[in-house]
Amino acid sequence: MQDPLMIGGVTLTSRLFIGTGKYSRNTLIPEVIARSGSQVITVALRRVDPQSKENIVSHIPSHMTLLPNTSGARTAEEAVRIARLARSAGLGNWVKIEVINDQKYLLPDNIETIRATEILAAEGFVVLPYMSPDLSAALRLKAAGAAAVMPLGAPIGSNRGLQTKELIRILISETDLPVIVDAGIGRPSEAAEAMEMGAAGVLLNTAIATAKDPLLMAEAFCEAVSAGRKAYLAGLGPVEETAAASSPLTGFLA
Amino acid sequence: MNLTVNGTAQRYEESCRTLADLLARPEWAGKLVIVELNGELAGREAYGDTLLNEGDRVELVHFVGGG
Repeated sequence: MQDPLMIGGVTLTSRLFIGTGKYSRNTLIPEVIARSGSQVITVALRRVDPQSKENIVSHIPSHMTLLPNTSGARTAEEAVRIARLARSAGLGNWVKIEVINDQKYLLPDNIETIRATEILAAEGFVVLPYMSPDLSAALRLKAAGAAAVMPLGAPIGSNRGLQTKELIRILISETDLPVIVDAGIGRPSEAAEAMEMGAAGVLLNTAIATAKDPLLMAEAFCEAVSAGRKAYLAGLGPVEETAAASSPLTGFLA
Repeated sequence: MNLTVNGTAQRYEESCRTLADLLARPEWAGKLVIVELNGELAGREAYGDTLLNEGDRVELVHFVGGG
């Protein structure tokens, strides 16, 4: 079945976006990529640690679309600075805007996120903003040039699932941008549910990276996202208050 | 020459004259390092021509795992 997701001029056949944080060893990452089928992968930007020999990019195959995040930014200006530095690495022009001022729940600052999106979209970045699922913010992000919106399902790394489901449902219904549920998804069933609702994709990191067997979990999420998408395209049957017999109610044996 | 690299002030030998010289040091070698010199993004193609000056502030960043 051909059902690509187009973002920033790139045709994606996988709707599962993954992260590179929290792995017990980074050498797992190539196999996680292969088993998840993912084509987009996030990274963060930090000062180089002179003691460490680690180079995350060496674990990411070149066919992947790199999605650097702006984690650590507290203002639009800081996010813009990080995005420009990331782009100068020469590995593409995608950026996940992440502007956070709340250290307990790591909830995004939608206002600063909109400002950063305006600036970076005007500079030719493919901007995917991490946001709180608020409709007016989503519409402003679209007007600012975002390529998608990425509302949280639950706080980052919490594995608490689709706590913001009703708000995400509204974004899916009322914005004509791809809605990618980012953060909070802990179980494949939750990823499937987001996709059944009509999300364009899901982005997750912790749920795979902290599983006992990250490779098997990558596969589980791959199948869940694909199943949820197919269910959305198939159109879910109606929900009824009472039973509706599946077998004929006539011709019973005497 | 005294430079502040990633917030740490340190004395570097006189042969460390350009950004390319700085990046060739073993602690940065083999990594995809992005450079900010005195708050300005330094173009990768110009590392060899970018002279370092006494008191310069250098930020060396790279990609790490993240979500």
